[in-house]
Amino acid sequence: MTPQHHPSEATLLTYAAGGLGEGLSLVVASHLAFCGECRAAIVSGEQIGGDLLEALAPEAMAADARERVLAMIGSEAPPPPAMPAPPADPTLPAPLGRYLNRDLSAIPWRILGPGLKHFEVLPHDLARGNLRLLRIAPGRRLPRHGHTGTELTLVLQGSFSDALGRFVRGDVAETDDAIVHQPVSDRDADCICLIATEGPLKFESPIARMVQRFTGV
Amino acid sequence: MDFAVPFGAGALRWGGAALFGRWAMMIPRADAAAAPPMFAHLLRAIVERRDQASFMTLFDYYAPRVKAYLKRLGAADSVAEDLSQDVMFAVWRKAASYDPAKAGVGTWIFTIARNLRIDALRRERRPELEPDDPRLAPDPAPMPDEEAEASQEVAHIRAALRALPEDQAKVVTMAFYDGKSHGEIAAELALPLGTVKSRLRLAFRRVRGLLGDHAA
Repeated sequence: MTPQHHPSEATLLTYAAGGLGEGLSLVVASHLAFCGECRAAIVSGEQIGGDLLEALAPEAMAADARERVLAMIGSEAPPPPAMPAPPADPTLPAPLGRYLNRDLSAIPWRILGPGLKHFEVLPHDLARGNLRLLRIAPGRRLPRHGHTGTELTLVLQGSFSDALGRFVRGDVAETDDAIVHQPVSDRDADCICLIATEGPLKFESPIARMVQRFTGV
Repeated sequence: MDFAVPFGAGALRWGGAALFGRWAMMIPRADAAAAPPMFAHLLRAIVERRDQASFMTLFDYYAPRVKAYLKRLGAADSVAEDLSQDVMFAVWRKAASYDPAKAGVGTWIFTIARNLRIDALRRERRPELEPDDPRLAPDPAPMPDEEAEASQEVAHIRAALRALPEDQAKVVTMAFYDGKSHGEIAAELALPLGTVKSRLRLAFRRVRGLLGDHAA
Protein backbone atom coordinates (compact mmCIF):
# COMPACT_ATOMS: atom_id res chain seq x y z
CA MET A 1 0.00 0.00 0.00
CA THR A 2 1.25 3.48 -0.79
CA PRO A 3 2.10 5.42 2.37
CA GLN A 4 -0.24 8.29 3.24
CA HIS A 5 2.18 10.13 5.55
CA HIS A 6 5.64 11.20 4.40
CA PRO A 7 8.69 13.06 5.68
CA SER A 8 8.27 16.79 4.97
CA GLU A 9 9.63 18.10 1.69
CA ALA A 10 12.18 20.08 3.70
CA THR A 11 13.44 16.84 5.22
CA LEU A 12 13.56 15.06 1.85
CA LEU A 13 15.52 17.96 0.35
CA THR A 14 17.96 18.00 3.26
CA TYR A 15 18.43 14.23 2.96
CA ALA A 16 19.29 14.71 -0.72
CA ALA A 17 21.71 17.49 0.23
CA GLY A 18 23.46 15.25 2.78
CA GLY A 19 22.59 17.48 5.76
CA LEU A 20 20.57 15.04 7.89
CA GLY A 21 22.25 13.16 10.73
CA GLU A 22 22.65 9.41 10.48
CA GLY A 23 19.54 8.55 12.50
CA LEU A 24 17.12 10.76 10.55
CA SER A 25 18.78 9.59 7.32
CA LEU A 26 18.09 5.95 8.19
CA VAL A 27 14.40 6.66 8.74
CA VAL A 28 14.19 8.48 5.39
CA ALA A 29 16.13 5.74 3.52
CA SER A 30 13.84 3.08 5.03
CA HIS A 31 10.68 5.02 4.11
CA LEU A 32 11.96 5.28 0.52
CA ALA A 33 11.69 1.50 0.22
CA PHE A 34 7.94 1.90 0.79
CA CYS A 35 7.38 5.05 -1.23
CA GLY A 36 8.02 5.64 -4.93
CA GLU A 37 6.70 9.19 -4.64
CA CYS A 38 9.40 10.18 -2.18
CA ARG A 39 12.04 8.35 -4.25
CA ALA A 40 11.13 10.64 -7.16
CA ALA A 41 11.43 13.67 -4.87
CA ILE A 42 14.93 12.56 -3.79
CA VAL A 43 16.00 12.30 -7.44
CA SER A 44 14.86 15.91 -7.97
CA GLY A 45 16.76 16.96 -4.86
CA GLU A 46 19.89 15.25 -6.12
CA GLN A 47 19.49 17.03 -9.46
CA ILE A 48 19.64 20.29 -7.52
CA GLY A 49 22.86 19.02 -5.96
CA GLY A 50 24.28 18.11 -9.37
CA ASP A 51 23.41 21.51 -10.75
CA LEU A 52 24.94 23.33 -7.79
CA LEU A 53 28.07 21.18 -8.11
CA GLU A 54 28.46 22.12 -11.76
CA ALA A 55 27.84 25.79 -11.00
CA LEU A 56 30.78 26.09 -8.58
CA ALA A 57 33.92 27.87 -9.72
CA PRO A 58 36.52 25.10 -10.25
CA GLU A 59 39.34 24.81 -7.69
CA ALA A 60 42.73 23.99 -9.22
CA MET A 61 43.82 20.42 -8.53
CA ALA A 62 47.34 19.57 -7.39
CA ALA A 63 49.93 19.33 -10.19
CA ASP A 64 50.21 15.55 -9.79
CA ALA A 65 46.48 14.86 -9.31
CA ARG A 66 45.98 13.27 -12.73
CA GLU A 67 49.04 11.05 -12.27
CA ARG A 68 47.90 9.96 -8.84
CA VAL A 69 44.42 9.01 -10.00
CA LEU A 70 45.85 7.16 -13.02
CA ALA A 71 48.08 5.26 -10.60
CA MET A 72 45.04 4.32 -8.51
CA ILE A 73 43.37 3.02 -11.63
CA GLY A 74 46.51 1.12 -12.64
CA SER A 75 46.88 -0.66 -9.33
CA GLU A 76 43.17 -1.22 -8.93
CA ALA A 77 42.35 -4.27 -6.89
CA PRO A 78 39.62 -6.50 -8.25
CA PRO A 79 36.22 -4.96 -7.56
CA PRO A 80 35.08 -5.50 -3.98
CA PRO A 81 32.52 -8.26 -3.58
CA ALA A 82 28.95 -7.04 -3.87
CA MET A 83 27.43 -6.03 -0.55
CA PRO A 84 26.01 -9.15 1.07
CA ALA A 85 22.26 -9.42 0.82
CA PRO A 86 20.46 -7.75 3.73
CA PRO A 87 19.15 -10.02 6.47
CA ALA A 88 16.25 -12.19 5.50
CA ASP A 89 13.49 -10.59 7.63
CA PRO A 90 10.99 -9.75 4.88
CA THR A 91 9.38 -7.08 7.03
CA LEU A 92 12.47 -4.85 7.13
CA PRO A 93 13.57 -2.44 4.39
CA ALA A 94 17.19 -3.21 3.41
CA PRO A 95 18.86 -0.10 4.93
CA LEU A 96 17.31 -0.84 8.34
CA GLY A 97 18.04 -4.56 8.02
CA ARG A 98 21.74 -3.75 7.73
CA TYR A 99 21.68 -1.73 10.94
CA LEU A 100 19.73 -4.28 12.95
CA ASN A 101 21.45 -7.32 11.47
CA ARG A 102 18.77 -9.58 12.94
CA ASP A 103 15.11 -10.30 12.48
CA LEU A 104 12.59 -8.04 14.15
CA SER A 105 11.49 -11.07 16.21
CA ALA A 106 15.03 -11.37 17.65
CA ILE A 107 15.36 -7.84 19.00
CA PRO A 108 16.50 -7.84 22.67
CA TRP A 109 13.85 -5.37 23.88
CA ARG A 110 14.36 -3.45 27.11
CA ILE A 111 11.42 -2.39 29.19
CA LEU A 112 10.84 1.34 29.29
CA GLY A 113 7.51 1.44 31.11
CA PRO A 114 4.19 -0.40 31.23
CA GLY A 115 3.43 -1.70 27.72
CA LEU A 116 6.47 0.06 26.34
CA LYS A 117 9.81 -1.42 25.23
CA HIS A 118 12.70 0.00 23.31
CA PHE A 119 15.94 -0.96 21.61
CA GLU A 120 18.68 1.54 20.90
CA VAL A 121 19.79 1.12 17.26
CA LEU A 122 22.68 3.58 17.54
CA PRO A 123 24.26 4.86 20.75
CA HIS A 124 22.83 8.37 21.09
CA ASP A 125 26.13 10.23 20.80
CA LEU A 126 26.66 8.61 17.38
CA ALA A 127 23.16 9.28 16.12
CA ARG A 128 23.45 13.06 16.73
CA GLY A 129 20.21 12.55 18.63
CA ASN A 130 18.46 9.25 19.21
CA LEU A 131 17.82 6.28 16.95
CA ARG A 132 15.72 3.56 18.50
CA LEU A 133 13.00 1.01 17.95
CA LEU A 134 9.93 1.43 20.11
CA ARG A 135 7.45 -1.37 20.78
CA ILE A 136 4.10 -0.26 22.10
CA ALA A 137 1.48 -2.67 23.46
CA PRO A 138 -2.01 -2.42 21.86
CA GLY A 139 -4.14 0.49 23.00
CA ARG A 140 -1.35 2.10 24.98
CA ARG A 141 -1.33 5.89 25.36
CA LEU A 142 2.15 7.46 25.35
CA PRO A 143 2.95 10.38 27.64
CA ARG A 144 2.14 13.72 26.03
CA HIS A 145 5.37 15.26 24.79
CA GLY A 146 6.93 17.94 22.62
CA HIS A 147 10.19 18.00 20.69
CA THR A 148 13.35 20.05 20.63
CA GLY A 149 14.21 19.34 16.98
CA THR A 150 12.91 17.24 14.14
CA GLU A 151 11.63 13.77 15.03
CA LEU A 152 10.84 11.12 12.41
CA THR A 153 8.80 8.01 13.26
CA LEU A 154 8.45 5.18 10.73
CA VAL A 155 5.82 2.53 11.44
CA LEU A 156 7.12 -1.00 10.79
CA GLN A 157 4.27 -3.01 12.30
CA GLY A 158 0.83 -2.27 13.74
CA SER A 159 -0.40 1.31 13.79
CA PHE A 160 -0.85 4.35 15.99
CA SER A 161 -2.95 7.49 15.91
CA ASP A 162 -2.50 11.02 17.16
CA ALA A 163 -3.96 14.42 16.35
CA LEU A 164 -2.25 14.29 12.92
CA GLY A 165 -3.99 11.09 11.81
CA ARG A 166 -3.55 7.32 11.73
CA PHE A 167 -0.13 5.94 10.86
CA VAL A 168 0.36 2.42 9.44
CA ARG A 169 3.31 0.42 8.11
CA GLY A 170 5.46 2.57 5.81
CA ASP A 171 4.04 5.87 7.06
CA VAL A 172 6.33 8.50 8.56
CA ALA A 173 5.21 10.98 11.21
CA GLU A 174 7.37 14.09 11.27
CA THR A 175 7.15 16.35 14.28
CA ASP A 176 9.22 19.27 15.47
CA ASP A 177 9.26 21.98 18.09
CA ALA A 178 5.87 23.31 16.95
CA ILE A 179 4.06 20.07 17.81
CA VAL A 180 3.08 18.51 21.13
CA HIS A 181 1.38 15.15 20.70
CA GLN A 182 0.19 12.06 22.48
CA PRO A 183 0.28 9.01 20.21
CA VAL A 184 -1.98 6.05 20.99
CA SER A 185 -1.24 2.61 19.56
CA ASP A 186 -4.22 0.95 17.90
CA ARG A 187 -5.93 -1.96 19.63
CA ASP A 188 -5.26 -4.85 17.25
CA ALA A 189 -1.51 -5.52 17.63
CA ASP A 190 1.79 -4.33 19.08
CA CYS A 191 3.01 -1.27 17.24
CA ILE A 192 6.71 -1.24 16.32
CA CYS A 193 8.27 2.02 15.14
CA LEU A 194 11.71 3.26 14.18
CA ILE A 195 12.21 6.69 15.73
CA ALA A 196 15.01 9.18 15.14
CA THR A 197 15.23 12.47 16.99
CA GLU A 198 17.63 15.38 16.78
CA GLY A 199 17.13 16.50 20.36
CA PRO A 200 15.59 15.19 23.58
CA LEU A 201 11.81 14.92 23.93
CA LYS A 202 10.04 17.35 26.25
CA PHE A 203 7.62 15.44 28.47
CA GLU A 204 4.90 17.34 30.25
CA SER A 205 4.58 14.94 33.18
CA PRO A 206 7.26 14.95 35.92
CA ILE A 207 7.18 11.14 36.15
CA ALA A 208 7.88 10.76 32.45
CA ARG A 209 10.71 13.26 32.82
CA MET A 210 12.19 11.16 35.60
CA VAL A 211 12.05 7.99 33.48
CA GLN A 212 13.74 10.01 30.74
CA ARG A 213 16.70 10.77 33.00
CA PHE A 214 17.41 7.07 33.38
CA THR A 215 16.74 5.87 29.86
CA GLY A 216 18.09 8.69 27.70
CA VAL A 217 14.90 8.79 25.57
CA MET B 1 2.62 16.21 3.05
CA ASP B 2 3.99 18.79 5.41
CA PHE B 3 2.52 19.68 8.75
CA ALA B 4 1.07 23.04 9.58
CA VAL B 5 3.86 25.41 10.41
CA PRO B 6 2.49 28.26 12.51
CA PHE B 7 5.51 30.52 12.17
CA GLY B 8 6.18 29.88 8.52
CA ALA B 9 2.98 30.84 6.83
CA GLY B 10 3.33 34.54 7.48
CA ALA B 11 6.97 34.64 6.55
CA LEU B 12 6.21 33.30 3.10
CA ARG B 13 3.90 36.07 2.09
CA TRP B 14 6.56 38.71 2.33
CA GLY B 15 9.19 36.42 0.89
CA GLY B 16 8.31 36.95 -2.77
CA ALA B 17 8.85 39.90 -5.03
CA ALA B 18 10.63 42.30 -2.69
CA LEU B 19 13.58 39.98 -2.16
CA PHE B 20 13.81 38.79 -5.71
CA GLY B 21 16.78 40.79 -6.93
CA ARG B 22 19.92 39.44 -5.33
CA TRP B 23 19.75 35.73 -6.11
CA ALA B 24 22.92 35.90 -8.18
CA MET B 25 24.95 36.19 -5.00
CA MET B 26 23.47 32.96 -3.69
CA ILE B 27 23.60 30.50 -6.52
CA PRO B 28 26.44 30.91 -9.00
CA ARG B 29 25.26 31.09 -12.58
CA ALA B 30 27.06 28.43 -14.59
CA ASP B 31 28.68 30.09 -17.58
CA ALA B 32 26.60 29.14 -20.60
CA ALA B 33 29.75 28.43 -22.64
CA ALA B 34 30.98 26.08 -19.93
CA ALA B 35 27.68 24.20 -19.67
CA PRO B 36 28.59 20.55 -19.20
CA PRO B 37 28.53 18.62 -22.46
CA MET B 38 26.76 15.28 -22.62
CA PHE B 39 29.11 13.15 -20.57
CA ALA B 40 27.13 9.92 -20.41
CA HIS B 41 28.99 8.43 -23.39
CA LEU B 42 32.30 8.86 -21.51
CA LEU B 43 31.02 6.70 -18.67
CA ARG B 44 29.87 4.13 -21.21
CA ALA B 45 33.38 4.07 -22.71
CA ILE B 46 34.79 3.40 -19.24
CA VAL B 47 32.41 0.49 -18.73
CA GLU B 48 32.86 -1.00 -22.20
CA ARG B 49 36.56 -0.41 -22.87
CA ARG B 50 38.13 0.73 -19.58
CA ASP B 51 38.91 3.85 -21.60
CA GLN B 52 41.28 6.07 -19.62
CA ALA B 53 41.12 9.01 -22.03
CA SER B 54 37.35 9.26 -21.49
CA PHE B 55 37.92 9.08 -17.78
CA MET B 56 40.47 11.88 -17.87
CA THR B 57 38.00 14.12 -19.72
CA LEU B 58 35.55 13.56 -16.89
CA PHE B 59 38.32 14.09 -14.36
CA ASP B 60 39.36 17.43 -15.82
CA TYR B 61 35.81 18.73 -15.71
CA TYR B 62 34.55 17.31 -12.43
CA ALA B 63 37.53 16.91 -10.08
CA PRO B 64 38.03 20.71 -9.68
CA ARG B 65 34.30 21.15 -9.05
CA VAL B 66 34.17 18.32 -6.53
CA LYS B 67 37.15 19.92 -4.81
CA ALA B 68 35.35 23.28 -4.77
CA TYR B 69 32.25 21.58 -3.33
CA LEU B 70 34.27 19.94 -0.54
CA LYS B 71 36.03 23.19 0.31
CA ARG B 72 32.69 24.99 0.42
CA LEU B 73 31.66 22.38 2.98
CA GLY B 74 34.63 23.30 5.13
CA ALA B 75 37.31 20.79 4.12
CA ALA B 76 40.91 22.03 4.19
CA ASP B 77 42.61 22.26 0.80
CA SER B 78 44.70 19.10 1.21
CA VAL B 79 41.72 17.10 2.50
CA ALA B 80 39.51 18.34 -0.35
CA GLU B 81 42.29 17.45 -2.82
CA ASP B 82 42.65 13.86 -1.58
CA LEU B 83 38.94 13.33 -1.24
CA SER B 84 38.16 14.66 -4.72
CA GLN B 85 40.71 12.21 -6.13
CA ASP B 86 38.95 9.45 -4.19
CA VAL B 87 35.58 10.61 -5.58
CA MET B 88 36.92 10.44 -9.14
CA PHE B 89 38.42 7.01 -8.52
CA ALA B 90 34.97 5.91 -7.30
CA VAL B 91 33.53 7.30 -10.56
CA TRP B 92 35.90 4.97 -12.43
CA ARG B 93 35.06 1.96 -10.31
CA LYS B 94 31.31 2.49 -10.17
CA ALA B 95 30.79 3.61 -13.77
CA ALA B 96 28.68 0.50 -14.47
CA SER B 97 26.12 1.53 -11.86
CA TYR B 98 25.40 4.87 -13.58
CA ASP B 99 21.88 4.89 -15.00
CA PRO B 100 21.45 7.62 -17.64
CA ALA B 101 17.67 7.22 -17.52
CA LYS B 102 17.64 8.28 -13.88
CA ALA B 103 19.98 11.25 -13.65
CA GLY B 104 22.63 13.33 -15.35
CA VAL B 105 26.33 12.62 -14.86
CA GLY B 106 26.72 15.69 -12.64
CA THR B 107 23.90 14.52 -10.39
CA TRP B 108 25.41 11.06 -10.10
CA ILE B 109 28.87 12.44 -9.25
CA PHE B 110 27.27 14.78 -6.72
CA THR B 111 25.79 11.77 -4.87
CA ILE B 112 29.19 10.04 -4.78
CA ALA B 113 30.90 13.18 -3.44
CA ARG B 114 28.13 13.77 -0.89
CA ASN B 115 28.34 10.22 0.46
CA LEU B 116 32.14 10.05 0.58
CA ARG B 117 32.22 13.36 2.44
CA ILE B 118 29.78 12.06 5.06
CA ASP B 119 31.83 8.86 5.48
CA ALA B 120 35.20 10.59 5.61
CA LEU B 121 34.61 13.93 7.29
CA ARG B 122 31.55 13.40 9.45
CA ARG B 123 32.61 9.81 10.25
CA GLU B 124 29.05 8.63 9.89
CA ARG B 125 27.44 6.09 7.70
CA ARG B 126 25.10 7.29 5.02
CA PRO B 127 22.01 5.09 4.91
CA GLU B 128 20.87 4.87 1.30
CA LEU B 129 17.97 3.35 -0.52
CA GLU B 130 19.03 0.07 -2.07
CA PRO B 131 17.66 0.00 -5.61
CA ASP B 132 17.66 -3.82 -5.76
CA ASP B 133 15.97 -4.26 -2.36
CA PRO B 134 13.40 -7.02 -3.01
CA ARG B 135 11.07 -5.23 -0.57
CA LEU B 136 10.93 -2.09 -2.72
CA ALA B 137 7.42 -0.84 -3.42
CA PRO B 138 6.97 -0.28 -7.17
CA ASP B 139 7.56 3.17 -8.68
CA PRO B 140 4.50 5.20 -9.55
CA ALA B 141 3.50 4.65 -13.18
CA PRO B 142 5.62 6.99 -15.35
CA MET B 143 3.99 9.61 -17.52
CA PRO B 144 3.99 8.46 -21.17
CA ASP B 145 6.35 11.24 -22.32
CA GLU B 146 8.49 11.33 -19.18
CA GLU B 147 11.71 10.21 -20.83
CA ALA B 148 11.49 12.80 -23.61
CA GLU B 149 11.20 15.45 -20.94
CA ALA B 150 14.27 14.48 -18.92
CA SER B 151 16.60 17.07 -20.44
CA GLN B 152 13.88 19.70 -20.29
CA GLU B 153 13.56 18.91 -16.61
CA VAL B 154 17.25 19.55 -16.00
CA ALA B 155 16.99 22.89 -17.78
CA HIS B 156 13.89 23.73 -15.77
CA ILE B 157 15.63 22.92 -12.48
CA ARG B 158 18.59 25.06 -13.45
CA ALA B 159 16.44 28.06 -14.35
CA ALA B 160 14.14 27.67 -11.36
CA LEU B 161 17.08 27.52 -8.94
CA ARG B 162 18.42 30.81 -10.20
CA ALA B 163 15.01 32.43 -10.00
CA LEU B 164 14.45 31.56 -6.32
CA PRO B 165 13.66 34.45 -3.99
CA GLU B 166 16.69 35.26 -1.89
CA ASP B 167 15.36 33.89 1.40
CA GLN B 168 14.67 30.52 -0.25
CA ALA B 169 17.96 30.45 -2.17
CA LYS B 170 19.77 31.12 1.09
CA VAL B 171 18.39 28.04 2.89
CA VAL B 172 18.92 25.82 -0.17
CA THR B 173 22.58 26.82 -0.46
CA MET B 174 23.07 26.39 3.29
CA ALA B 175 21.70 22.85 3.00
CA PHE B 176 23.76 21.88 -0.07
CA TYR B 177 26.94 23.93 0.21
CA ASP B 178 27.24 24.07 3.99
CA GLY B 179 25.75 20.64 4.76
CA LYS B 180 23.55 22.07 7.49
CA SER B 181 20.48 20.45 9.03
CA HIS B 182 17.24 22.43 9.48
CA GLY B 183 18.10 22.97 13.11
CA GLU B 184 21.56 24.31 12.30
CA ILE B 185 20.16 26.63 9.63
CA ALA B 186 17.49 27.88 12.03
CA ALA B 187 20.09 28.56 14.72
CA GLU B 188 22.43 30.34 12.34
CA LEU B 189 19.73 32.56 10.81
CA ALA B 190 17.98 33.02 14.18
CA LEU B 191 14.71 31.81 12.64
CA PRO B 192 12.11 29.40 14.00
CA LEU B 193 12.63 25.83 12.73
CA GLY B 194 9.20 25.98 11.07
CA THR B 195 10.21 29.00 8.99
CA VAL B 196 13.33 27.26 7.73
CA LYS B 197 11.35 24.16 6.83
CA SER B 198 8.68 26.09 4.98
CA ARG B 199 11.28 28.03 2.98
CA LEU B 200 12.96 24.76 2.01
CA ARG B 201 9.58 23.32 1.07
CA LEU B 202 8.65 26.28 -1.10
CA ALA B 203 12.04 26.27 -2.82
CA PHE B 204 11.78 22.53 -3.49
CA ARG B 205 8.24 22.86 -4.86
CA ARG B 206 9.22 25.72 -7.11
CA VAL B 207 12.22 23.84 -8.49
CA ARG B 208 10.15 20.70 -9.04
CA GLY B 209 7.58 22.72 -10.94
CA LEU B 210 4.93 21.99 -8.33
CA LEU B 211 4.17 25.68 -7.87
CA GLY B 212 2.98 27.96 -10.63
CA ASP B 213 5.73 30.31 -11.82
CA HIS B 214 4.05 33.24 -10.17
CA ALA B 215 3.17 31.65 -6.84
CA ALA B 216 4.95 33.09 -3.84
